[in-house]
Amino acid sequence: MSSFWEYANPRRFMRTTDWLLPVAAGVALVVTAIGLIWGFFFTPDDFRQGSTVKIIFLHVPSALMAINAWIMMLVASLIWVVRRHHVSALAAKAAAPVGLVMTMIALFTGAVWGQPMWGTWWAWDPRLTSFLILFLFYLGYIALWSAIDDPDTGADLTAVLCLVGTVFALLSRYAAFFWSQGLHQGASLSLQPGTRVDWAYKAPLYVSMTGFALIFVALVLAGTRTEIRARRMKALVARERMA
Amino acid sequence: MSVARGGVPLIAGLSLCLTAGQALILRGPNGCGKTTLLRTLAGLQPPLAGEIDLPPDAVAYAAHADGLKATLSVRENLAFWAAVYGGGDVGAAMGRMNLSGLSDRAALNLSAGQKRRLGLARLLVTGRPVWMLDEPTVSLDAASVALFADVVRGHLAAGGMALIATHIDLGLPEAQVLDLTPFKARRPAPGQGGGFDEAFL
Amino acid sequence: MIALLTRDLRLAIRAGGGFGLGLAFFLILAVLVPLGVGPEPAVLAAIAPGVLWVGALLACLLSLDRIFALDWEDGSLDLLATAPIPLEGVVTVKAFAHWITTGLPLVLAAPVLGVLLNLPTGAFGWLVVSLLLGTPALSVIGTFGAALTVGLKRGGLLLSLLVLPLYIPTLVFGAELVARGAAGLPTQSALLLLAGITAGSVAILPFASAAVIRINLR
Repeated sequence: MSSFWEYANPRRFMRTTDWLLPVAAGVALVVTAIGLIWGFFFTPDDFRQGSTVKIIFLHVPSALMAINAWIMMLVASLIWVVRRHHVSALAAKAAAPVGLVMTMIALFTGAVWGQPMWGTWWAWDPRLTSFLILFLFYLGYIALWSAIDDPDTGADLTAVLCLVGTVFALLSRYAAFFWSQGLHQGASLSLQPGTRVDWAYKAPLYVSMTGFALIFVALVLAGTRTEIRARRMKALVARERMA
Repeated sequence: MSVARGGVPLIAGLSLCLTAGQALILRGPNGCGKTTLLRTLAGLQPPLAGEIDLPPDAVAYAAHADGLKATLSVRENLAFWAAVYGGGDVGAAMGRMNLSGLSDRAALNLSAGQKRRLGLARLLVTGRPVWMLDEPTVSLDAASVALFADVVRGHLAAGGMALIATHIDLGLPEAQVLDLTPFKARRPAPGQGGGFDEAFL
Repeated sequence: MIALLTRDLRLAIRAGGGFGLGLAFFLILAVLVPLGVGPEPAVLAAIAPGVLWVGALLACLLSLDRIFALDWEDGSLDLLATAPIPLEGVVTVKAFAHWITTGLPLVLAAPVLGVLLNLPTGAFGWLVVSLLLGTPALSVIGTFGAALTVGLKRGGLLLSLLVLPLYIPTLVFGAELVARGAAGLPTQSALLLLAGITAGSVAILPFASAAVIRINLR
């Protein structure tokens, strides 16, 4: 009888990811490459935005994963709090830097895209602002992990921070929309290029979103394996010291 | 019962029981887990294995640090803890620990031994039956140690209990002594759960 | 609980308690901003609500690490955790004491600093109301941050990094309330949202703070 919770056992997790990680990494690279090459070279230029629109194939998938990484951390933290599975806490720890980098990519590509489109690198648009805030939350979460020596204490504290942070991140997002409406009435800046996206764009966009999701999975698996090895080393050292 | 500190098990297979009027002195070399055991019993950390059967609101815990506020006077420090624990007699406690002459002096102007006496006087105002003391006689002079022994004896005579971790002779010959060395957690045999991080081994 | 409150207040006003430091910081900030931005009244009036709110927030932040760090160092936090007061009560009282010693003076001083920053006359009432409603949330959220970092070496910087993002909603709604009041716009939604954040934080965060302290004492 195999259940999902068996992977909460570090040894079982290591054994499975031994073969799963290379497969996931390989598939992730291939899918992302297909999505990006298709998107960059085999889609028509937009009649208004020209070729700048093609940055969408980096921007949207990274923005999507920036948010999904936080959601995954939230779920993993909850699993740690409720069921005390170490792998879950370590996976949350491993996901944070990936989410941080995804947020940075989304912000950077947004700026690069915004410059020719809006004539400015940065605007305090609610969407941009909420991503900047998300970036700060990632920074705090990672900083707390790195400040604590005891791994279980770190897991507990960061889990609580993740739960509380989620609530405040949602509030901040709402606040950003409220605030931006309040300051410049009827701002017409929007990150989404046009409401109707043609299938010529949609198809490669979906492929590259899948690719980014797989890259995220592969990176988190690799990160979790590193964390498990570090924990194992610590446990071995502690056992040696007792002998 | 087993306890661990920093992910390393220290004490395993310990079982102890205190009855009213009994004092138990915990001995053992530095780092053997005396403080960790007391912190666990006081409810500050969960045991690694086993269970603690204590009536609620029974324990008064005194750690290495006295928890004194430097800018408050002796009386203010004690009165605060008396209020927290529901009103012990501050004056009597100061008298018992020979602090009456110092009652208006700020804690930062006390000597190390006087601070320690103030920390121990805190136990008297808690009104709790079980005292858990971690190295209570550090920096006390001989007279103060005797004073402290008297206070503990009075507490026991009133039906109290005391669990004291120390390696200094307290002048309490009637107290039982428990050496923690035999309960030192051993390295678990291969294939056997050691109680700590074994999932990673 | 009252004993704990009186003890914390007494400690704050005795020597080295740090009472008034936040207030002095707030004052200095309100002097420095016009010096940096220039004396143009219209510019100052436009930025006054934001500057006053950011100033209040930073002044609050300044004293957060004292909430638990001192009790942790001298061992009283261990003793408080084993005392008959529930830890949730302890953190609530500590947050309340922080508010009385830091938040309340800021509320009272803010109108004077509003004059320095040329705040529009109609906005003074809203400034006081917004700070009165918002600073308790700042104290409670800050207490959570202080609880997270208690016992960490050099926790002060980390504390700012953790707490400031959590302050964003309070800052936005608080400053927005003053700005709308200054411009004569309807203020009800900002007022309700600010009150909602404070009420929610005060109701829920003490449980998180107490849980975090228990973890840290382990």
